[in-house]
Amino acid sequence: MKIGVVTFPGSLDDADARRAAAVAGAEAVALWHGDEDLHGVDAVVLPGGFSYGDYLRAGAISRFAPVMESIIQRAGEGMPVLGICNGFQVLCESHLLPGALIKNHHRKFVCKDQTLRIENNTTAWTSDYDANHEITIVLKNQDGSFVADEATLDRLEGEGRVVARYLGNPNGSYRDIAGITNERGNVVGLMPHPEHAVETLTGPTTDGLGFFTSVLKAVVAS
Amino acid sequence: MSTDTVSNATSTPDVEQPWAELGLKPDEYQRIRDILGRRPTSCELAMYSVMWSEHCSYKSSKVHLKRFGEIPQETPAGKMLAGIGENAGVIDIGEGYAVTFKVESHNHPSYVEPYQGAATGVGGIVRDIIAMGARPVAVMDPLRFGPLDAPDTKRVLPGIVSGVGGYGNSLGLPNIGGEVVFDPTYLGNPLVNALCVGVMRHEDLHLANATGVGNQMILYGAKTGGDGIGGVSVLASETFAEGGPTKRPAVQVGDPFMEKLLIECTLELFAANVVEGIQDLGGGGLSCATSELASAGDGGMRVSLDKVPLRDASLSPEEILMSESQERMMACVTPENVEAFLKICAKWDVQADVIGEVTDTGRLEIDWHGERVVDVLPETVAHEGPVYNRPYERPSWQDELQADGAEKLPRASSGAELRDTLLQLVASPNLCDKSWVTDQYDRYVLGNSVLAQPEDSGMIRVDETSGLGVAVSTDCNGRFAKLDPYTGAKLALAESFRNVATTGARPVAVTDCLNFGSPEDPAVMWQFTEAIRGLVDGCKELGIPVTGGNVSFYNQTGETAILPTPVVGVLGVIDDVTRRTPIGFTAEMEGHQLYLLGETEEELSGSEWANVVHGHLGGRPPAVDLAAEQQLADILINASRDGLIDAAHDISDGGVAQTLVESALRGGVGARVWAPDGLDPFLFLFAESAGRAVVAVPRTEEVRFTDMCTARRFPHAKIGVITGDTLDVQDQFEVPLTELREAWTATLPSVLN
Repeated sequence: MKIGVVTFPGSLDDADARRAAAVAGAEAVALWHGDEDLHGVDAVVLPGGFSYGDYLRAGAISRFAPVMESIIQRAGEGMPVLGICNGFQVLCESHLLPGALIKNHHRKFVCKDQTLRIENNTTAWTSDYDANHEITIVLKNQDGSFVADEATLDRLEGEGRVVARYLGNPNGSYRDIAGITNERGNVVGLMPHPEHAVETLTGPTTDGLGFFTSVLKAVVAS
Repeated sequence: MSTDTVSNATSTPDVEQPWAELGLKPDEYQRIRDILGRRPTSCELAMYSVMWSEHCSYKSSKVHLKRFGEIPQETPAGKMLAGIGENAGVIDIGEGYAVTFKVESHNHPSYVEPYQGAATGVGGIVRDIIAMGARPVAVMDPLRFGPLDAPDTKRVLPGIVSGVGGYGNSLGLPNIGGEVVFDPTYLGNPLVNALCVGVMRHEDLHLANATGVGNQMILYGAKTGGDGIGGVSVLASETFAEGGPTKRPAVQVGDPFMEKLLIECTLELFAANVVEGIQDLGGGGLSCATSELASAGDGGMRVSLDKVPLRDASLSPEEILMSESQERMMACVTPENVEAFLKICAKWDVQADVIGEVTDTGRLEIDWHGERVVDVLPETVAHEGPVYNRPYERPSWQDELQADGAEKLPRASSGAELRDTLLQLVASPNLCDKSWVTDQYDRYVLGNSVLAQPEDSGMIRVDETSGLGVAVSTDCNGRFAKLDPYTGAKLALAESFRNVATTGARPVAVTDCLNFGSPEDPAVMWQFTEAIRGLVDGCKELGIPVTGGNVSFYNQTGETAILPTPVVGVLGVIDDVTRRTPIGFTAEMEGHQLYLLGETEEELSGSEWANVVHGHLGGRPPAVDLAAEQQLADILINASRDGLIDAAHDISDGGVAQTLVESALRGGVGARVWAPDGLDPFLFLFAESAGRAVVAVPRTEEVRFTDMCTARRFPHAKIGVITGDTLDVQDQFEVPLTELREAWTATLPSVLN
């Protein structure tokens, strides 16, 4: 079972995502933005950071990277893809997920331990959590406020595609949304960082590990 | 305008030159003429002016900094692999790993342009670390501002914090500690010090020199622009004059995305073994890199300045030599490795150009479109600048200041008064919660942050298998240093040393950032020499070397100098980071016994109590006993290793009261405490005697712990127990943690939001 982690120029949490995949028991594979070959991975993580300096808009340039063409195609075929923070922004820019992420409403970068409620535990990345499971993982971003038009928000809610919601909204996200999924449930975007909560020594909890153990099961089951 | 070539300079000796505008003194200009045997070309003048500036040449501090060489260059963990004079000191920490760390100032630019000034301060120190061959693993930022409620603080502080965060976060480096201190003397002179820690394998160590005739000099990274021209000479080496012109064009502009690429690209270049020597371009830009690389090498260097890629094609050769554009590095590469070098740069989309080569002339020769514009001995630029023995004298007001002790001021005595004093102190700017600042820094990235602020020191895991790690703390109490700069510097060292030991790490090395007023003021110069004497004596006594650092003078507006602020960073090594000791009292520690280690004296001068309650600064700082600090450190390190303590917190600003409040609020559980026999409750709570800590001992380990202290004859007293949701000072007062938390957390947001 191989989880690929893409490194864009300016990716920062790529090594952390690889470590989390390894802690969960997967083989972590480093993928390079300029290489469209996915090297036989079973799932992909788009990590946090400031890819291409977040110039223009966060994630706006990364979507055109050669590796993204392959990922978009494979995601359409059902491969699990998790976009964390900047990776979530890339997924929105790539139209694999609806909505957009804009600057935090308080205009400042924020780094804190954040509690979320898992609202959909049927996706490829969240099946190891109980319904309404409350987890505390790391939130750290500048452009973390999730926005979409009312119709899109209603559709996401109606179809159960809100994966996680903030308890105590830290950035002005509409309807406290911290993460969403596509119709099929294989592509998940999440603003907070589960990969920073996989070891008690370095993280606030180990609550983030469930994302990585969930996908192991999803891949085995498929 | 035609180019001022060497031959032109020889034939027109009497041309007026703008040496004064470039910050040179008349005798310095004459010295340049004497060295060259002619007038300098305008390019040469630019280079000398930059390199002979206070910032680059350390001309006022050199004679005093030499004293750091008296300290044995051996650390408790092993030998030093590189010391003062390199981009940063390098220390062997065992298991084949070496660590490099250094703190630098970026004070003046941060006042002029807070965001960019602070951002490029982080960028500069990070490049120093990469230039040694190390991967940067953490940053820390000791910051000092004017009064919290001053209007200019509301301009300067948010900009600086946002700049530190904006740059460091974008680089993917965890910010694991530092300081936020307020004092009126910093109002026109905020201090932005930036520390970076890097890790490498021994064999990866790289030094800054250009050797091997025919080797190619490659400039890589960002293009050169018109920003930061004269940053070190015009900006960092002069006092701000009231009503003077704004100096914004002298502030550099940073691009953290480019720096991140530069880090990854440089580490890949090292791994591919295609670099002979390397230096970052920071203060002094190309003038500094070319002259320092050439003089450290074994030959000379020829550079074609017109090959430097430019952001602004209209830049003159003088401006190119002086530009402090960020995110640039210069490497010396053998001809056969040039292609491989350029290929790695291309992979990371980093521009790289061969701009020169190593020669056998011993001279630094720079051409501009085929015409020679610089022809100098590189060491005359890099190392043979003026050296000043500035006059220094103990100021006349020092005796009066020391006679005015805080011990005579009225103190709270009843329980209700003590309670009020405590709440007033915890809400004061220097003691309140700093998360408004630190929540803007990423402390998690890279996944190896074992401890970060508000812990006593930041701690980074170096090896995931063995658990080997390093801890770093930075400290300085400028109020103590004002009262007695010798003792104040020792106290800064002692506090930083203690903070590292409190987390369970063994202190091994020191870096320092010496922030002072104008060296042209004999009183300031006296403070400076006294602080160095304190650090040298202190380091000798503790057996740890100074591995590098930085001096920042001219932190002065008009006649008002800042508090003397010798910021000391101590690095420690811990064999197994899982044994680290945090500060918080947690639910699992309910019932643990609290011990006060060390002696509490009637020491209130320079304290936060005197500052907050009485607005007073006078008297003598607390006594410092480094032998006792060493003993305390041994106890804390051994107790951590043997599992005898579950929490520990150093006692400094605000005294035991502040220590208990921080530990309780950190872990969410309170304590019932009492003053040990014979100690007045007020002094117990608020005295700031050095060499002390509070530790939480599980009942099962109490005998072993007290036996250890007794065997070492180290003063220890049981002062309470971890319990409940209040801070209960027996027979005096009780405060709910909720009330403490409200007071402690409200201060910064109420002013800054």
